[in-house]
Amino acid sequence: MRIFLLSLVKRKIALAGTIILAVILVMALFSPLIATHDPMGLNPIERLQGPSATHWFGTDHFGRDIFSRVVYGARLTLVGGTGVVLYSILFGILIGVLSGYYRQFGFVAMRLVDVVMSFPALLLALAFIAILGPGLLNVIIAVGLNFLTRTARIIFGLTLKLKEEAFVEAIRSLGASNLRILARHILPNLMSPLIVQATFTFAFSLLQMASLDFLGVGVPPQIPSWGNMISEGRIYITRAPGVLLFPGIFIVLTVLAFNLVGDVLRDNLDPRFRDQFTGVRR
Amino acid sequence: MLNHVVKSLLSTIPTFLLASVLVFSLMHLMPGDPAGVMLGDTATPEQVQALRSAMGFDKPIYVQFYRWFAGMLQGDFGNSIFFHKPVLQVIWDRAEVSLFIAFWSMALILVTGIPIGVISAVWYNSLTDQTCSGASMLAASMPTFWLGLNLMLIFSVVLGWLPSSGFPSVFESGNLGNLRYLVLPCVTLAAPNSALIIRLTRASMLDVLKEGYVTTARAKGLSEVVVTMKHVFRNSLISVVSVVGFTFVGLASGTVITETVFSLPGIGRLVVESVLRRDYPVIQGIILLIAVAYMLVNLAIDFCYTFLDPRIRIS
Repeated sequence: MRIFLLSLVKRKIALAGTIILAVILVMALFSPLIATHDPMGLNPIERLQGPSATHWFGTDHFGRDIFSRVVYGARLTLVGGTGVVLYSILFGILIGVLSGYYRQFGFVAMRLVDVVMSFPALLLALAFIAILGPGLLNVIIAVGLNFLTRTARIIFGLTLKLKEEAFVEAIRSLGASNLRILARHILPNLMSPLIVQATFTFAFSLLQMASLDFLGVGVPPQIPSWGNMISEGRIYITRAPGVLLFPGIFIVLTVLAFNLVGDVLRDNLDPRFRDQFTGVRR
Repeated sequence: MLNHVVKSLLSTIPTFLLASVLVFSLMHLMPGDPAGVMLGDTATPEQVQALRSAMGFDKPIYVQFYRWFAGMLQGDFGNSIFFHKPVLQVIWDRAEVSLFIAFWSMALILVTGIPIGVISAVWYNSLTDQTCSGASMLAASMPTFWLGLNLMLIFSVVLGWLPSSGFPSVFESGNLGNLRYLVLPCVTLAAPNSALIIRLTRASMLDVLKEGYVTTARAKGLSEVVVTMKHVFRNSLISVVSVVGFTFVGLASGTVITETVFSLPGIGRLVVESVLRRDYPVIQGIILLIAVAYMLVNLAIDFCYTFLDPRIRIS
């Protein structure tokens, strides 16, 4: 009974997370329909207002409508997060599987992964942006690098384990080629841990991208990202706390939702893989 | 045991070498001429040429690496392009705040994270556990800068209890009271990291609670306190200690944000300023120093293992 209740609570938490994510997705897809104002529209007369019937979340220091900017900000958040996830998972799989399967390659690749992981993620991202310059694509590349190494590390460990499993040996003895074993038998078994990893990557990459925006080295300031909004509004927080509050709440909600869903997914994961995820770090 | 220590010492050497190569190549990944990029659009061709030969950019790449690496081993990280001072000097001038913040935040993380994690695990699934777990999940999902700005708004602006920004040097003024400038930054920096330690301590305690030797200890009739502290806590500490190294890296990233939020003149702020100024030698220097510090922390953790894990101690 207790276990049943517990799983029910967990399902509710996962449901709450999913609903939040669905809302954010709708906001991103239908931004022009949901937004009440032009997110870029300047209106100096109505600057730094509190929430009202016309401006639900108030206005910023240029008189722009915060609600509309938050709605459009969802687009950037999802595009950025998806970019990091796709890029880090794709290369993470490639490096991780090959390292796990071919020992010599793995030895070299994992040392490199160790080295990259010994640099603080944000500092590494900053260094890359110093070289590449700001902009969404460069932010995705810079932030994704760190998550790529984490994914590669996890996939490497799992592949090592899978390689020794009886079924892989059976297939090999039937004369299957390496490529076939990798593509048809190892990769499909990595799917569920990969989905968990993707969820956590999404959550933590959002925090990092918001941090870069806040530091003023992310996407260009005129683009309404949640991090940019807080960064620009920070000097006005005493006059209009809405500039700080609303974009921030949306960042927290989105990250929290991904974390909640990720936690439940991980707990329901194949127990053989569960211990790989105890140390998910930003 | 000595074997173990020597082994971990030796294994840091290749990592350090690779890290140096990576940091060195960062500078050379830049599209175009590094000297031109550093000086910006307003520089004359003569200035660019002068910087190029001063930095040795006209030499073959391996010569450049050798020079840079050899200099670095002797503590010469080159000169800052913006400050016209040695990189190490520039970093040292900013070190006070960052070291204070790092130390106090780490203390705060350990003092809050481990006990709360233990309590959560001991009272598994109770209201206390759920509150702690929920709160730590929330704290881990919060952007550091947002938390910092909110704390600043509440405690400095509205309540007026603590200063909102800046930090007058303790060493120059001799006034320990200046440390109150660091209360909000430390809490900001500690919160998300502490949350992760809570989650980890709880998870590893729960894992150990399932072990056979815990059942044995209970069956022997030991009191619950002895079982928890001596058998469960001690053994779960091993996996917690291994994460402290990661926490250190998390702190280094966090200082960048926290120092920006609270306008503190520290190393983290220096990184951001250097990125905006394209002062590459400084960026290189800081990143490499932090990577080295991380390796040292990991070495220290390895030594801690030898005390915590009897299997290593005896072999």
